[in-house]
Amino acid sequence: MRQSNTYIVIFTLITTVFVGGTLAVTSILLGPQQAKSIEYDTKSQILSAVMQLSDEDDVLGIYDKRIKSLVVNYNGEEVTTDSKGQPLVAEKVDVSKNYKLSREERLLPVFRYMSESDPNKVEAYILPVYGNGLWDRIWGFVALGEQLETMKGVSFGHKGETPGLGARISDDPVIAERYQGKKIYDDKGKLVSVSMVKGEKGEPLDEHHVDGMSGATMTGNGVNRMLMEYLTCYESYFKKVKSQRMAGL
Amino acid sequence: MSTEVAEEKVVKKSEALFSKRRKKLVADPLNEDNPITIQVLGICSALAVTVKMEPTIIMALGVTFTIVFSNLLISLIRNFVPNRIRIIVQLAVVALFVTLVSEFLKAYNYPMYKVLGAFVGLIITNCIVMGRLEAFAMGNKPYDSILDGFGSGLGYAWIILAVSFFREFLGSGSILNFKVFQALGIPYVNNGLMVDSIGAFMILAIIIWVQRTKTGYVEQ
Repeated sequence: MRQSNTYIVIFTLITTVFVGGTLAVTSILLGPQQAKSIEYDTKSQILSAVMQLSDEDDVLGIYDKRIKSLVVNYNGEEVTTDSKGQPLVAEKVDVSKNYKLSREERLLPVFRYMSESDPNKVEAYILPVYGNGLWDRIWGFVALGEQLETMKGVSFGHKGETPGLGARISDDPVIAERYQGKKIYDDKGKLVSVSMVKGEKGEPLDEHHVDGMSGATMTGNGVNRMLMEYLTCYESYFKKVKSQRMAGL
Repeated sequence: MSTEVAEEKVVKKSEALFSKRRKKLVADPLNEDNPITIQVLGICSALAVTVKMEPTIIMALGVTFTIVFSNLLISLIRNFVPNRIRIIVQLAVVALFVTLVSEFLKAYNYPMYKVLGAFVGLIITNCIVMGRLEAFAMGNKPYDSILDGFGSGLGYAWIILAVSFFREFLGSGSILNFKVFQALGIPYVNNGLMVDSIGAFMILAIIIWVQRTKTGYVEQ
């Protein structure tokens, strides 16, 4: 009886329904808590581009107080509703999905880090970046100073770069520090981004280059492509902000 | 759950709750029949997650939880599982508990979920879990299976915790993220080898060496 095909089919069905059902229920029950954890994580990543966060910090509180977000498109115009007419929330924009679209179609969130003393003054512009590393996707947030020319800080994340080598983009705080103060425009005003060089020499480099990661040139190349790609996407927005500021003066 | 209670009652009449044989079930995998050092199972995760102690603790808890509960569930249904599909049923049961661990981690400890990432899912392929199901739970009563799973889980846990202790201490100069050398004011250059998987191999080998010298175990 236990070996008959009918028994096996029925047993398999019951097992599948039981296992699938349990997982479905768990997933539904834990969904809200997971969403909360992810929100907390996203907001701390955004903030970590401009500040050192410790465990005691009230991330959500600081975020609400200091960050004003908006969504722009490739032409630098602010977008307030999505394709279905629903209001857009910058934090909810899935950068990885937009990455697959052409540049012109992408929704580009901007997180403005406001000054503590003057809530109308922007201290830094934090932009999400996304791309491919050596093994899997990499992402991050780049903070540009109020002039939109200097990098104030970066924070990177990765899915599966080699531990101890490429994984240093997120594990090793030194890597992120190297980007601080680097310039994204050259003397002629052309966007050149900041690139990581091959090899790790520890020598001072010019304002458009940072020292590489020994043994992780391919991850470094991915980071370079990612930065260039997204800074290009945001370039119109930068121009717009600058011209508005000029007009205001 | 009712079946479990019923079995325990039956068992109590005939055998003490912690009889000598049962204590052996828990104690054996800790040393003489350790899943990692003697049976040489679960090596992959012993290498992959032991760079720091914190994720290792989570991993140890996850694996122990998975072994205990899959052992229990498989033992409960062992008389109904058709022989021809028993492996796939075991796999489904392990996958169920592993996914539960992963989902809970995602909800309540998201930073750890990101660090451990795929490795939690890979508990499914940890030979220790499937090995215990096939070798023990398929032929033993639920309570014994729980003890056996608990023993194997602890046997796995103490080894990976020991490995991670040395790897974090020598590789990052810290214990549970507390910078020991910095606090003591001793200049220490982190040993990059320990951060790499090679370091785990070396420490694991030393543990196996010491252990086999003491127990006199020789592979056939």
